[in-house]
Amino acid sequence: MNFEYSDEQRMLADSANRLGADLWPSSDRLKLLERFDDLTARTAAQMAELGWLMLPIAEDDGGLGGSAVDVMAIMEGVGRHLIPTSYVANAVLVPALVSGDPAAADLLAAIGEGSAKAAAGLLEPDGGYDLGWVECAATGSGTEWTLTGEKLHVEDGADADWFVVTAKTDAGISLFLVRADAPGLTVSRFRAIDQHRHARLKLDGVTAVLIGEAGAALPKVELAVDKAICAHLAEAVGSMEAALAATLDYLRTRKQFGVAIGSFQSLQHRAVDMGIALEEARSMSYRATLSLGLPAAERRRVVSAAKARVGQCGLYVGRQAVQLHGGVGFSDELIISHHLKRQMMLDCAYGSVEHHVARFVAPQVLGA
Amino acid sequence: MDLDFTPAELAFRDEVRAFFAKTVPAEWLTRVRAGLRLEPAELIAYQKALAAKGWGAPTWPVEYGGPGWTPAQNYIFESESARAGAPIQFHQGLELIGPIIFTYGSQELKDRYLPGIINADDWWCQGYSEPGAGSDLASLRTTAVRDGDHYVLNGQKMWTSYAQVASHMFVLARTSQEPKRQQGISLLLVDMKTPGIAIRKIETMDEKYTTNEVFLDDVRVPVTNLVGTEGKGWEYGKVLLDRERMVCSATAIHLPQVLDGVRDAARARKIGGVPLIETPAFAAQLAQLEIEAMALETMVLRLLADLASGADSGPRGSMVKLRWSDLYQRATALWMDALGPEAAHFRALEGEGPADMPYGMQGALYSRVTSIYGGSSEIQHNIIARRALGL
Repeated sequence: MNFEYSDEQRMLADSANRLGADLWPSSDRLKLLERFDDLTARTAAQMAELGWLMLPIAEDDGGLGGSAVDVMAIMEGVGRHLIPTSYVANAVLVPALVSGDPAAADLLAAIGEGSAKAAAGLLEPDGGYDLGWVECAATGSGTEWTLTGEKLHVEDGADADWFVVTAKTDAGISLFLVRADAPGLTVSRFRAIDQHRHARLKLDGVTAVLIGEAGAALPKVELAVDKAICAHLAEAVGSMEAALAATLDYLRTRKQFGVAIGSFQSLQHRAVDMGIALEEARSMSYRATLSLGLPAAERRRVVSAAKARVGQCGLYVGRQAVQLHGGVGFSDELIISHHLKRQMMLDCAYGSVEHHVARFVAPQVLGA
Repeated sequence: MDLDFTPAELAFRDEVRAFFAKTVPAEWLTRVRAGLRLEPAELIAYQKALAAKGWGAPTWPVEYGGPGWTPAQNYIFESESARAGAPIQFHQGLELIGPIIFTYGSQELKDRYLPGIINADDWWCQGYSEPGAGSDLASLRTTAVRDGDHYVLNGQKMWTSYAQVASHMFVLARTSQEPKRQQGISLLLVDMKTPGIAIRKIETMDEKYTTNEVFLDDVRVPVTNLVGTEGKGWEYGKVLLDRERMVCSATAIHLPQVLDGVRDAARARKIGGVPLIETPAFAAQLAQLEIEAMALETMVLRLLADLASGADSGPRGSMVKLRWSDLYQRATALWMDALGPEAAHFRALEGEGPADMPYGMQGALYSRVTSIYGGSSEIQHNIIARRALGL
């Protein structure tokens, strides 16, 4: 048993913290958001330079074959500094979805060098967060396929050049690669409260390339999404840690009734509960990340448990950080409200608490 | 003991119901249900419609323009308002400064300001909190120095909601330095057009423009705009704070509107082909909120009955505020759950967004401030410990 980072992982964590402190300092969030496009472009360029985009791509796919713990080391820094990056969708989720198929080689090379971005459309209207609910229809054979249907939500997909989507062939759920500028594809783009940019897709006879074996995609999709979830868990932990640290600073310095408000016992106890929630969340993040290699049924159970519990802990810490800051916590001028907003969105990304509690209870029913 | 309304009260209910049916536009509904304030122009139009009916100030005495309703009628009015999807009346003039003016103000102040509140010709904002004086309001530092027929105000106010649209502000300021911090504070009525007032918007996490910092730089206020006695403002201010908690009773009566919003969102969304509202886990969560809302509603009814009999409600206003803010936060969080993955589609970068966005989401964000403003939950707990439990 070992919960320590290796030297290489510590270097990854250090460089994530440097990148965050350099490009996304917490002191003036609103000013940074005015320069959102410029800063996210510089963030992506630095990530490419540091090799992070190549890191999660398997060696057989031409990448560095980094581990989930390597990704965790980066993602805690992303969370700590609230870097609004599409890294998880683009560099973790998509490479796991298309891994092993030569038809995706160009895409993976482009993702790895940072010359193109990709995202995954896996959720549909009426399906909730169920990855197995696929009504989008694929017709064709060999390399000639057309897709018709809808993808309700594509996490971090607003600026993607490529989409990997699920669709049903006669054989069942399959994965396809679609160009963002393909005829028949309508991309609606949205901004969330945490500044992440997402998409919704309408596909009307869109030309697509089959990835992997037709009808056999769901287990691969589930594993890839579980990897993305683990990256998000680490991000949530980093954000919780930063929100707690800022709150402890505030409790020590803010004075009311002539004393530091941190001297009030009720607030001390709240801060303690936040600290416990962080400890719990970090434990679950480690446990899920270290369980990604288990057989599917066990892996699903652990990842869903962690997703549900980290979501609850993250919301608790985010909400109490705002509460203990009082009015300035609700203002957007401090970093605190931005941490809460990210926690709210991390909680729904790739499935809410309710979805994952249900998946925890009945993995063999909800899984493929 | 009974829960029944008299025939006269039932007739009154029908009249109120008919009024709301023709007064409340459908386009307010989602925002009202999300617990969000309407735009100032909409709130002014609504207040004017109420005033034209003689219902502009439901809780005021008849001599100052109130309708002379019993607490039961006030409850019927608010619950019908909630049922119809009407907003809560904007309270800073009606519930906060109006009652202080008619209780402690001079005849001149009553004549000048009360009609403007009822008819929405004036819009009042509250100049209380300061950067260093939030929960600890008595540490406020804004000064009002007498100079002939004027007070000269200097200082900085914070969390001044709607200062950007207000015509007037009621301000707590120090008129003398006394050993006890609660002494030497006076309540002044300030015309927002007076030279020396500057406003800075505060960006808030719900992305809605509500609140401001207000800078007071040699602002000259006629001494006739002093409310009551110089140096006694803290006592009036405390009455105001108590009244602000009472406003929560009306807010609590409107809580079922939020649950209506959650229910509609959950009907519209399907999970695995089944409407979300029919899934056992979601139905149980909604039922839990409805049960707690029923308890809260009954607490409010008992509070109103105490008011009617002139009994001291003690800290039950604080209890209502605590329970309401908790339920509102949990209800809007459930609304966000009901939005599913589309909760992430807050603003369309081009074209149209989802139908009930961003309001459900904005309600979930806005709800976080309700356990902070008007006496934070921590302060409310202190009040209950001291006043109800004797600790």
